[in-house]
Amino acid sequence: MESPRFLSRSDVIGLAALALLLVVILPLSLDVFRLNLVAKYLTYAFVALGLVLCWGFGGILSLGQGVFFGLGGYGMAMYLKLEASSVENTKIQSTPGIPDFMDWNQITQLPLFWQPFHSLTLTILAILIIPAFFAYLVGAAMFKRRVGGVYFAIITQAIAAILTILIIGQQGYTGGINGITDLRTLKGWDIRPDHAKVVLYFVEVAFLFGCILLALFVRHSKLGRILVAMREKEDRVRFSGYSVANFKIFAFCLAAMFAAIGGAMFTLNVGFMSPSFVGIVPSIEMVIYTAVGGRLSIFGAIYGTLLVNFAKTSLSESFPQLWLFGLGALFIAVVLIFPNGLAGIWRDHVQPLIDRMINKRKSGSDHHNGKSFGPIADGAPAE
Amino acid sequence: MADEKDQGLHSPFRRKLLMGMAALPAMTMLPRTSFAQAPATAAVNTTGLAVTDTEVTVGILHSITGTMAISETGSVQAEKLAIEQINASGGVLGRKIKFIQEDGASDWPNFAEKAKKLLVNDKCAAVMGCWTSASRKAVLPVFEQYNGMLYYPTFYEGLEQSKNVIYTGQEATQQIIAGLDWVNKTKGAKSFYLLGSDYIWPRTSNKIARKHIEGHLQGCKVVGEEYFPLGHTQFNSVINKIKLTKPDVIYAIIVGGSNVAFYKQLKAAGIDLSKQTLLTISVTEDEIDGIGGENIAGAYACMKYFQSLDNPNNKAFVAAFKKMWGEKTVIGDVTQAAYLGPWLWKLTVEKAGSFDIDKVAAASPGVEFKGAPEGYVRVHENHHLWSKTRVGKAKLDGQYELVYETADLVEPDPFPKGYQ
Repeated sequence: MESPRFLSRSDVIGLAALALLLVVILPLSLDVFRLNLVAKYLTYAFVALGLVLCWGFGGILSLGQGVFFGLGGYGMAMYLKLEASSVENTKIQSTPGIPDFMDWNQITQLPLFWQPFHSLTLTILAILIIPAFFAYLVGAAMFKRRVGGVYFAIITQAIAAILTILIIGQQGYTGGINGITDLRTLKGWDIRPDHAKVVLYFVEVAFLFGCILLALFVRHSKLGRILVAMREKEDRVRFSGYSVANFKIFAFCLAAMFAAIGGAMFTLNVGFMSPSFVGIVPSIEMVIYTAVGGRLSIFGAIYGTLLVNFAKTSLSESFPQLWLFGLGALFIAVVLIFPNGLAGIWRDHVQPLIDRMINKRKSGSDHHNGKSFGPIADGAPAE
Repeated sequence: MADEKDQGLHSPFRRKLLMGMAALPAMTMLPRTSFAQAPATAAVNTTGLAVTDTEVTVGILHSITGTMAISETGSVQAEKLAIEQINASGGVLGRKIKFIQEDGASDWPNFAEKAKKLLVNDKCAAVMGCWTSASRKAVLPVFEQYNGMLYYPTFYEGLEQSKNVIYTGQEATQQIIAGLDWVNKTKGAKSFYLLGSDYIWPRTSNKIARKHIEGHLQGCKVVGEEYFPLGHTQFNSVINKIKLTKPDVIYAIIVGGSNVAFYKQLKAAGIDLSKQTLLTISVTEDEIDGIGGENIAGAYACMKYFQSLDNPNNKAFVAAFKKMWGEKTVIGDVTQAAYLGPWLWKLTVEKAGSFDIDKVAAASPGVEFKGAPEGYVRVHENHHLWSKTRVGKAKLDGQYELVYETADLVEPDPFPKGYQ
């Protein structure tokens, strides 16, 4: 096959199917409003993708991915807010030229940590590096001391709570519970009109495919195999001479970076950022997206995110009084009946059907293993 | 046999024809006047809003799930009541109001998403909605970008003014200054202890209060100022500080469920509200429902409306509200302000002679509503309302007893000079 070595045939099919859906079907069939909603949903897919890497493959359950989503989102929001707060736009304030919420909180000078966000280059670097570095600090502190499993999940959750409280409490510097709102332009380019939304959607899809390729690469590399080995039997990997902590830290950092990219794209697509995406509840929701999609499957996570969010939107539009119950029922059904999520349904029910049809036509001539999600997806996790 | 009939009905053309025929007798039943007055749709709707010859669509956007549901339900009820009454009296420009309700779910980005849906998909001619400042801040860019019209009911911190929003609640200076003057004059209060939940509204309000106390009231001072996270329930340490500093007035802007803990703990600590003056701007009859009248009786609240107001408009409003939503419902300040939204919109549309947002926005200043339960209100150039400020004293039964009202309407001033 011509495809690069890290892509199996089923990966190529999966990529093509996803590309068909995201690049052709959805943009052609949805109006700009709905397409913008899909763009919003897909920002969570970045987080779900990261969770597949660190939770599905590496067995590290983080209930604090909202922290990294938020760091990325706030980074982008700070840049956009500074651009929207030109002296001319804010001349009504007591101190023109600073963001409006600072003025309301009697701050008369732009705080030092906001200064770098005047530059787009520094902002992009900050979005990529700060969350990853923060994840490194947390990961190093935890994994080097062999803290894992439930304790790690609890600590990530505590961090999410701490960051929310910090953001809400320091409203003069962060916008508090209102968040950073009323964002307008990116380097002078208005992000609000419809055509901008379409452009942003395609940019986001391109980034998403970049992240998927990276995730596939990791999965098929030696690194990915060590991650899975760690999940199954951490001590054996350690005794084999691998530094377990470093591999875990790497997976966690990569997941954080994905989440941060998602957060930044969220700010661009939705037009604001607030602490309600940083806290415990959104972090857990992101884990649910991954679970519904199937935490062992890279593509499953993306379909899961889309499905849950579509359900959320359409249920709440049709049944404004009852929609939360419907959503709850959906989660319970998935967990009870399909513990491996959408990917599990595909692997156990749809894929065998397709295989049988193909095999009937060309019996044995082009034998492949018929496993949709590769060797890693197949092993039922031992827990 | 039955199949044949069904198939016939399923033919879209035939179905339309049948429906059209079915509607014929109904049309003759409509009051003549509504047709005589109704101007052509093309003339009153030049921007493609959801207006037909017989109907106009508006949106209702509040949280009916999540933590804010308890507060926002009253607003939804009031808006539905107003819409029903308007429809019963002939609608707007001869058109019945149809509403589409969306759930903000106490989630700010969700508010933005639903606002966009109401404007872009449903082409709502107006939206009644939002409660918290955070949700308003989230939808404001949406309303400005897609040129919608929002009627926002809550008393809030000010510092905002938009062509696309009519603020039917009081902005901070309207609510604060008259109350402080009153407590200074009638109670001889000199020292104030400021409390608040930690977000923009209480902080801005207390800032205005402090500037007024220190700058405009002779010999008055602030002896303490503290903030608590939303949902905070441990007020013992601040209650001890209050006991030590013995302020003349506790000025409390605590919101939501925290109120229950705060007033219960005040009472448990032996602070008797019949002797210690407490002035709040955040506890309406809705909150007292949760706090319990016995825990807050004696406290004063400063806002623009109380359910007990004694005027014919209000009596009719309270009766209609209870008839529609049950005897036990209580009506707070924000609920009344929400009721003003659809009415003000109707009056403005009829003044403008058009549903077009630009014309409605331009026609808004000067619109008067004489049937308001709070009494006469008028829209200011800055899209806030001229309204009276009132002080009420909480009674055991959970109602307020009016003790003071300003002689004139108070001018809204969202960007108060000298108070920022």
